Amino acid sequence: MSEALLPSADEAYSSPDAQGFFGPYGGTFVPETVMPVLSELDAAYREALTDPAFAEELRVLLADYVGRPSPLYRADRLAEATGLGAVYLKREDLNHTGAHKINNTLGQCLLAKRMGKGRVIAETGAGQHGVATATTAALMGLECAVFMGTEDIRRQSLNVYKMRLLGAQVVPVAEGSGTLADAVTAALRHWVERVEDTFYVIGSVVGPHPYPAMVRDFQAIIGEETIAQIATKAIPRVDAIVACVGGGSNAAGMFYPFLRVVPAEKRPLLVGAEAAGLGLDTDKHGAALTKGSPGVLHGFYSYLLQDESGNPLEAYSISAGLDYPGVGPEHSFLKDEGLVRYEAVTDQEAVDAFALLTRTEGIIPAIESSHALALLPRLAAELGPDAVVIVNVSGRGDKDMDIVREAGLGVD
Amino acid sequence: MASTDTPRGLARAFVPGRPVLVAYVMAGYPDREGSLAALEALARGGAGVIELGVPYADPVADGPVIAEAGKVALANGFGLAESIALAAEFLAAHADAPPVALMTYLNPMMRLGFERVAALAAGAGVSGFIIPDLPPDSPFADRWLAASESLGLDTVFLAAPTSTPQRLAALGARSRGFVYVVSSLGVTGERAEVAADLAALVARVREHTQLPIAVGFGVGTPEQAAAVARIADGVVVGSAIVRRQTDAEALEVFVCELVSAVKSSA
Repeated sequence: MSEALLPSADEAYSSPDAQGFFGPYGGTFVPETVMPVLSELDAAYREALTDPAFAEELRVLLADYVGRPSPLYRADRLAEATGLGAVYLKREDLNHTGAHKINNTLGQCLLAKRMGKGRVIAETGAGQHGVATATTAALMGLECAVFMGTEDIRRQSLNVYKMRLLGAQVVPVAEGSGTLADAVTAALRHWVERVEDTFYVIGSVVGPHPYPAMVRDFQAIIGEETIAQIATKAIPRVDAIVACVGGGSNAAGMFYPFLRVVPAEKRPLLVGAEAAGLGLDTDKHGAALTKGSPGVLHGFYSYLLQDESGNPLEAYSISAGLDYPGVGPEHSFLKDEGLVRYEAVTDQEAVDAFALLTRTEGIIPAIESSHALALLPRLAAELGPDAVVIVNVSGRGDKDMDIVREAGLGVD
Repeated sequence: MASTDTPRGLARAFVPGRPVLVAYVMAGYPDREGSLAALEALARGGAGVIELGVPYADPVADGPVIAEAGKVALANGFGLAESIALAAEFLAAHADAPPVALMTYLNPMMRLGFERVAALAAGAGVSGFIIPDLPPDSPFADRWLAASESLGLDTVFLAAPTSTPQRLAALGARSRGFVYVVSSLGVTGERAEVAADLAALVARVREHTQLPIAVGFGVGTPEQAAAVARIADGVVVGSAIVRRQTDAEALEVFVCELVSAVKSSA
């Protein structure tokens, strides 16, 4: 972690407050058993932030183990195909384990060790966070259990096998729709029983305080590197930056440094892509920001897909990483403040974008990241043919072969 | 609707030296009539306080028995508003019923609106609320207490084995009616044994409040209820009752056993 992540008084953008609120969103709404543990975690995290040894250990791991910095790659054939002046891809797909998730798991597992916890648990949707946590646990000699919905286990069998290879226990969650939200609930319940020896490694900018801020801070390296790379490559102008949003960690990690250090008048348009699934006019989507209303789920207050009685609804997306009925509280705040724009992308648009990047650049993106790529033609229409856009390619698509094959992406 | 304008407080259920059973049932399970019959069985069986559980799709503090019952109740169209209406019907028909507290998660309350929830509950004659995911030191607790206390509704906050002295002081100071002590880590549900260090936990909580103390999570048999009654003012039984909620007669017999076990311990 770099010096720049330390809180400073002159920040333009300084959310959350001490209680973990981003405007009205966020906070801590969990059973009392967990409350003291969250306070301990918050204190340990703050202390770690001021310890140069912690920052150095993480820096070395990110460089030598993950392979950072990830490249900012100029994708000319994609730009031409989408009608844009230039497109740059932030290649988080090239990280060890194939996604941005490991930036966060390294940070949290170092913190777990620092707090004397020998066991970590995690939830996973697409399996990327589960694999990253299992990998980090293997690296650091921690016991690891990953909670995963039975539907996601079906959709992402390769990642399930990987986690087991890495020595993690994969705990199937059959409740509800057997997807990400159910896995989070199961992990939270388990944590309430085992708080004393277990650290819960949350994979996105969701959950009770301090998780949304902590996960964002660990992911902020994405945006920090991007700012530095824009300078190094002497890119004169960036018009827009896009990232996909399920819980929203890769988007938060990309956007936060731009919100913090780039003055509003010079800041590119920031756009988050959430899952429109089969369409926003159906009930099969995961577009909490576009179609939801504020509520409490999994310990925090944020936009949420919910019914008339306040029950969370089942979200749907072709992408296991985006079918979550809530969204990180900071995104709700950024939406209300107009600091980030959020658009919804259907399964079909994402599959088309997946195919396009694969055929124009020889890069197979995760189906999650394909939602961000799908915004390129829309941005071309809005910003014109000279526009320069950066896309955060949050992960690679190896895990999605079966899904795109089922979706009809054939080889002629 | 109940005849009283001001709901009767939960504290009236507690008399020093005479521990009571705090009995939990799920509203709308196995159906509306079934849960009404269960409420009547609890009253006849001698429960001192009734906890009426509100079904919710993400019951993060509840174990499998209550979670499953909640799922059935949700499928029956039950939510917070329907649960309050059920309480109203029960309390209107039974002037001598024990006080009723609603156990509900936070989001259904936020969805309906704190002011509206408080008005409906007070109008129904409900005495108070237990909200497992509402910490006493949150801004939403401020807003809820502002809306509910003026209508005479009690809010019971929960204490846990992990609670620090500062947290015990805060939740003791904000609780009305009684303090709910969670006996052990984990979710609701029966356990083989009552936590060994429960007496010490109850004693720690008592340092921070004058209110009666009810202990729950993991109490499922008359023997366990008697053991808890020796150290607490109220004994909460949930899952073991909900498991019998489909049969009001068997439920009443079980509640009688629990009540006599609780009383005999005094």
